[in-house]
Amino acid sequence: MTNTINNTLRWRQLLDKVFFGVICFFSALSVLPLILILGYLLVKGVTSLNWQFFCRVPQPLGETGGGILNALCGSLLLLAVAFLLAVPLGLFVGIYLAENKKNRLADCARLSVEILQGVPSIVIGLVLYTWLVLPLKSFSALAGGAALALMMLPVSVRSTEETLRLIPPELKEAALALGVPYYRTILRVVVPSGLSGIVTGVLLSLARVAGETAPLLFTAFGNPFLSLALFQPIESLPHLIFYYATSPYAEWHRLAWGASFVLVAGVLFLNLAAKFLTRRWRVQF
Amino acid sequence: MLSNLSLQTKENIFQQILSKSALFVAAVLSLFFLTLLLKSLPALWSNGFNFFTGTVWDPLTGEYGAFSLLYGTLLTSVGALLLTLPLALSIALFLGEFFRQGLAASALRLSVELLAGIPSVVYGFWALFVLVPLIRRLETTLGIVPFGVGILTAALVLAIMIIPYAASLSAEVIKLVPQDIREAAYSLGATRYEVIRRVILPYARSGICAGILLAFGRAFGETMAVTMVIGNANKMPASLFDTGNTMASLIANELAEATDPLYVSSLAQIGLLLLAVSALINLAGRSISKKFSVET
Repeated sequence: MTNTINNTLRWRQLLDKVFFGVICFFSALSVLPLILILGYLLVKGVTSLNWQFFCRVPQPLGETGGGILNALCGSLLLLAVAFLLAVPLGLFVGIYLAENKKNRLADCARLSVEILQGVPSIVIGLVLYTWLVLPLKSFSALAGGAALALMMLPVSVRSTEETLRLIPPELKEAALALGVPYYRTILRVVVPSGLSGIVTGVLLSLARVAGETAPLLFTAFGNPFLSLALFQPIESLPHLIFYYATSPYAEWHRLAWGASFVLVAGVLFLNLAAKFLTRRWRVQF
Repeated sequence: MLSNLSLQTKENIFQQILSKSALFVAAVLSLFFLTLLLKSLPALWSNGFNFFTGTVWDPLTGEYGAFSLLYGTLLTSVGALLLTLPLALSIALFLGEFFRQGLAASALRLSVELLAGIPSVVYGFWALFVLVPLIRRLETTLGIVPFGVGILTAALVLAIMIIPYAASLSAEVIKLVPQDIREAAYSLGATRYEVIRRVILPYARSGICAGILLAFGRAFGETMAVTMVIGNANKMPASLFDTGNTMASLIANELAEATDPLYVSSLAQIGLLLLAVSALINLAGRSISKKFSVET
C-alpha cells in the first residue's frame, strides 16, 4: 500500500522534473535563431562596412566598391513623409478616442484602427498602388511614404489613446476649474503629461515601418541612383536588401549584408531609445 | 491671426479637428475596402467559383484559380504555428510562471523583443543563405529533389518570426492568473506540473488562444520572408519539401508586371480575400483578449 503511494509520488515528481527540463530546453532553443541571425549579421555585415559603403551609390555590375547612400537617404525620406502624414493625425485621433469613450464615431474609428493594424502589409501596398501610383502614372516616394504612414497610424493612435487614458482626470478638472479653455487644457496639460508615452509610441511605430518591404514594392519601387524627389521612384534599405539578396552576384550580396546590419542596428536603436525614454521620462501619478 | 479669434471659435475649431480626424480614419478604412472590392469586381464576375476551386493560375490563358495559393498559405501558416507552439508556450511558462525575475528571464525577454524587431526581409535573407542550404542537405540525405526552397523552409522562417507574438501575450495572461488559486492547488499537494496543467493553463486558455490567433494572422499575411524562400511556383505542392506559393507572395511577385485588367483584378481579389481573413482573425483575437482583461 505505502509502496504504491510512494511509487505514484515518485512518478509525479519525476514528471514534474521532466516537464521543467522540457520547458527550459525549448526556451533555450528559441534563443538559438536570434543568436544565429545576429551572429551572421555581425560577421557578414560588419566586414562589408567602410566609408565608401555609406557615402557612395551602388556601382554598375562588374565594378567592386560602391555603397548604399541612395537607400539610406531614401529610407530617411520615406520615414519623414510617413512621420508627417501619420503622427499629427494619430495624435488627434488618439485624443479624440481618449476623450470620447462611448459614441458611435469613436467606436467606428476604434474599430477601423484595430482592423488597420491587422491588414497584411502587402495589401496596403496594393491599395496605395491603386490610390497614388496609377493616377500619378509613376512610382513615387510620396506613395511609399503614404503606405508606411498607413502602417504607422494604428500604433500611434493606440499609444496616444492608452497613455492619455492613464492620466488622472483630476489634472484635467483642476485646469478646467481654473478657467482654462478646453483646447488649452488638452494641449497644455493633458498631452504634455502623457508625452513620454506618446513619443515612445511614435518611436515604436517608426521602428515597425523602417523594416517594411512589402508595401514599398509597388509604391516607392526602388531606384539605383541618389534621389530625393517626392514624385520619383526612390530606393529604401529593405527594398535594396530584398533586391540584392535575391540577385546572383556576390558583390551585391555583400552590400545586402551590410545594409541588413545597418537596418537591424537602426531598428534596434529605435526600440532601445523608446524603452529608455519611457524609463527616464515616466511621470508617476 | 489665431489670436484674433474668439474663445468660442477656437474651441469649436479644436473639437472639429478632433472629430474630423476620427471620421477621416474611419473613412480611409472604408475606402480601403471599397477600393479592393471595386478593383476585384471584374474578377469576381469572370472567375466565379473557379477562383476558390481551380488549381491553375495562368495569366496567359486567363485562368485564375487560387486554390493552390490558398492551400500553400494554409500549409505554411499552420505549419509555422505547429512549429512555434511548443517554443512559444515554453517561453510563456518560463517568463510567466517559473522565472518572473532574474537574469535568465531578462535575457529571454530581451531575446524575444529583439526577435520581434528584426525586419521580415532580413529573416528572408538569412533563411536564403543559412536555412536553404541546410534543408538542401537534408533533402539530399533523404533522397528527394534538393530544391532547398519550399513549403517547409517557409514554415520554418515563419515559425521563428511569430514566436514573439504568440509568446508575449501568453506570458502576460499566465502572469495574471490569481495567486490564491495557485496556492490552493499547491496546498492540496499538487506538483508544479499538475498546477500548470490543471489550474494555470485552463484558467489562461482564452488569452493563450488569442495570442496564438494573432500569431496565426501574422503568419497568414507575411510576404517578404516567404516570397524569398518558398520557390514561387504556382502549383499544388506535392509534399512539404515541394515548392509552392502563398497569396501574399503571389501579389508581391506579379502585380508589377500585370498588364491585363483581368489579371490585376484577380490579384486585387486575392488581396481582398487576404484582407477579409486577416481582419476576421485579428478581430476575433482582440475580442477574446479584451474579454479576458475585463474578467481579471
